[in-house]
Amino acid sequence: MTPARSFIGLVLSLLLLAGATPLRAQETTPANAITAPVASAATDPAALVAAMGEANLRELGAIVTELAATEDTAVVPALQALAAGTLYLDKATGAVVIVAGGNRLDPLTQAVIGPESAADLTRIRVNNSLRRDIAAALGAMTLMNDDPRTRMSAARAMMANVDDANLPLLDEAIAAETDTAVRALMQVARGVTLLRSADASLADKLAAVPVVAQSGERDAATVLTAARANAPAELDAAIASALAGLEQERAVWNALQNVWFGISLGSVLLLAAIGLAITFGVMGVINMAHGEMVMLGAYTTFLVQLFIRQNFPGLLDYSLLIALPAAFLVTAAIGVGIERGIIRWLYGRPLETLLATWGLSLILQQAVRTTFGPTNQMVIAPTWMSGSFQFYGLSITYGRFWIVIFAMIVFALLLLVLNRTALGLQMRAVTQNRRMASAMGIRTPFVDAMTFGLGSGIAGLAGVALTQIDNISPNLGQNYIIDSFMVVVFGGVGNLWGTLVGAMTLGIANKFLEPYAGAVLGKILILVLIILFIQRRPRGLFALKGRAVEQ
Amino acid sequence: MTGLNRSFAGLGLGVAFALGALAAAPAMAQETIKVGILHSLSGTMAISETTLKDTMLFLIEQQNAAGGVLGKQLEPVVVDIASDWPLAAELARQLIEVDNVDVVFGCWTSVCRKSVLPVFEELNSLLFYPVQYEGEESQRNVFYTGASPNQQAIPAVDYLMNEEGVERWVLAGTDYVYPQTTNKILEQYLKDKGVAAEDIMINYTPFGHSDWQTIVSDIKTFGSAGKKTAVVSTINGDANVPFYRELGNQGVAAEDIPVVAFSVGEEELSGFDTTPLVGHLAAWNYFMSVDTPENAEFIEAWQTFIGSTDRVTNDPMEAHYIGFNLWVKAVEAAGSTEADAVIDSIVGLETPNLTGGTATMLANHHITKPVLIGEIQDDGQFFVVWETEDLVPGDAWSDFLPESKMLEADWTAPINCGNYNTETKTCIGSAS
Repeated sequence: MTPARSFIGLVLSLLLLAGATPLRAQETTPANAITAPVASAATDPAALVAAMGEANLRELGAIVTELAATEDTAVVPALQALAAGTLYLDKATGAVVIVAGGNRLDPLTQAVIGPESAADLTRIRVNNSLRRDIAAALGAMTLMNDDPRTRMSAARAMMANVDDANLPLLDEAIAAETDTAVRALMQVARGVTLLRSADASLADKLAAVPVVAQSGERDAATVLTAARANAPAELDAAIASALAGLEQERAVWNALQNVWFGISLGSVLLLAAIGLAITFGVMGVINMAHGEMVMLGAYTTFLVQLFIRQNFPGLLDYSLLIALPAAFLVTAAIGVGIERGIIRWLYGRPLETLLATWGLSLILQQAVRTTFGPTNQMVIAPTWMSGSFQFYGLSITYGRFWIVIFAMIVFALLLLVLNRTALGLQMRAVTQNRRMASAMGIRTPFVDAMTFGLGSGIAGLAGVALTQIDNISPNLGQNYIIDSFMVVVFGGVGNLWGTLVGAMTLGIANKFLEPYAGAVLGKILILVLIILFIQRRPRGLFALKGRAVEQ
Repeated sequence: MTGLNRSFAGLGLGVAFALGALAAAPAMAQETIKVGILHSLSGTMAISETTLKDTMLFLIEQQNAAGGVLGKQLEPVVVDIASDWPLAAELARQLIEVDNVDVVFGCWTSVCRKSVLPVFEELNSLLFYPVQYEGEESQRNVFYTGASPNQQAIPAVDYLMNEEGVERWVLAGTDYVYPQTTNKILEQYLKDKGVAAEDIMINYTPFGHSDWQTIVSDIKTFGSAGKKTAVVSTINGDANVPFYRELGNQGVAAEDIPVVAFSVGEEELSGFDTTPLVGHLAAWNYFMSVDTPENAEFIEAWQTFIGSTDRVTNDPMEAHYIGFNLWVKAVEAAGSTEADAVIDSIVGLETPNLTGGTATMLANHHITKPVLIGEIQDDGQFFVVWETEDLVPGDAWSDFLPESKMLEADWTAPINCGNYNTETKTCIGSAS
């Protein structure tokens, strides 16, 4: 119905304009008038911006084109605001305003009109094709901006929206550019434009080939391949050799990119499994509620962030760091409670432990579901974990990068606790020979509770990290419990290094299989391979040796 | 929690009311009309289906306040299928045989619908199914109030092709019956439109997939071939949030590679910071942001019922709203809640939908719907950028698959068949 309705709106407003113009022409100044005649406003930025308020998507497109044609840099903030969704129509006055920092600003002069809250504002909405048009228009207007980052994105916009008309602009900008990185990008943009252009000379095109080929841009190969169509023999040969080099380079980087994906998947598996490596690997408890500890860690993160958002909004970027100790303590406390309440009665009866903890996992899930509701909860990614960066030919997302680092730190700390502290010593003593340890004066029940608490606490830490890649829903843990057991069994029960190697092997193998077999078949293949492996080595990669094994 | 308490209270009240009436007027033994609600309140699907259970309780409460149906109060009977499909069939049987419900509203996934179908056929009861699905089915006892592929997938692809100029397609889905069938239809449709096989990439992932690095990176590579590329996503449930997060992190912007989703609505986005997703698309028959008086009234009443102004509305909720109203009208037209009488009277009935149009129950047990394309906004709502001029009638059997294009469903005399072959003029029968 919107097209119909907005069409009627358009006709009506045109009628209104036509009717109002002759009467009001004398009293309206062009700057504030929404009723200004569209026809005569064609070159007046103020009137064009004002007309955005009531325009539909198609009219907005026309206005953006006209604004771009004015080549008046005063309209840049208005266009930027339109793309970012901060351009509003003030319903009370009919004026178009930019909302920033709690104030309403004039779209052209940036002068403060009044506070945001005092007005009835409607956002002027745009769609994808408009956003593209705006980016192209801004590219041409901001190529000579003072800020190198703006110039950079302007050059990028020109690369994405190739237009012969940009060539003189680019030439001018390259001559004036002082920043080497920006100038390089501008030259690439110029090369791309030349290669796409129908009128550029052969010499220009030949010169552009190496510039584009060596740019390291992702779609360099695309541009070159497209330019081969109808290319003269000389140019075709130059492009072919450039492409051959690119292909080779690309194959190497693709393999490395896969390794990185594997490491990042592996570190998620490691985080999820390492707590289990303690409770299952060291204590021998089959804890089916391990996944729910991860889930509770994630919900703790959610609560901590909610608290920070409400009380200390300035700390929002650090809420994940603050959530770490909280998640550890909460899940460790629950873990100790579970051990004291349920598991200690079931030592030596693995089947009953399995059933009891399975039941417990269902209870915990449903408890969370009744408390928080069945829908996903939101944990906002801090700014330092959003986006990605280029590392030579690799594209690495910050979120995954920090999770890999975090997994390594947790692993190192855990090794330190097990091998260098009194508690770690006692843990190993109790698991190796409970009665002897008891005879030496170690309080074995206390050590059991602490070990289980440690394993659960680490699961909680994994939960904090998982808020950044998965849903925070009551089912969060279920998705990881099978993978966790797989990693621990594959790596070798009772050996932390085995868990590390197991997680990384599974992660990388998965990522190398995925492009060929697909995600579904890849997972099945991994499972089959593990089953075959366990047939050959029942105790996993790093089997424990010595008397402890015989128990 | 409120929903649970309320349903208990509702049940208690209903029982008390029934007992009281029984004592007062022993002649009126059958005082309430029982309505079965068959949704998952735990397990994987609880995230989506719990809201639908609440929606039904809300609609029933409103109807009762307005005097019930045929002068009788409605009594909801809620069961939890716990995302367990064999259990769904058992519970459907229990609802019909033990609880004696007259109609059932329920199921979300296609596998749930397929499991309970034989039960409704055998016991001749009624099921209203509220979710968009893959089509290729029409059953006498089932009313499909969600979209069939020609009411969602095909218009969305048309939009991308015509308005965004897309030439290269990624069909990404979760590995089960709905995405597989939809993608089969879409692939055939695209090929009919002249898209080359190498310009279509099909990818399936397991339920709850959370590691999207490789796939998103593949999509980027696929999209850098010089032709405008779009992703058509039939990814379902929990897997969507990590998928969109990875898209945002790897910098796949909607201006470059738009993603149009068929299973992502307001409810799914409510657990997510949508700033990096602005501009990605979804195709539905209803959006919460649609500005009509009916919708404003519905949202306000719903938020009052559920006790929170944060709760959103979505497309399957509207489907339940339409299905429930059509059922009420059919019962009143037939003067009875008997399945056969309702099936006969419901075809051709009309009820207003929430987007300013009219939903008509068609002879193939599907309904007419508008198709809307919305772009995700940073507040988790959708901005409607395109919609069909007219209502689109639901088509049970796709016209784009060679094996089903000659089939029609018509549950009125004289055909009375869910898979009537228009070429041989025969009814294939129960093997639907």
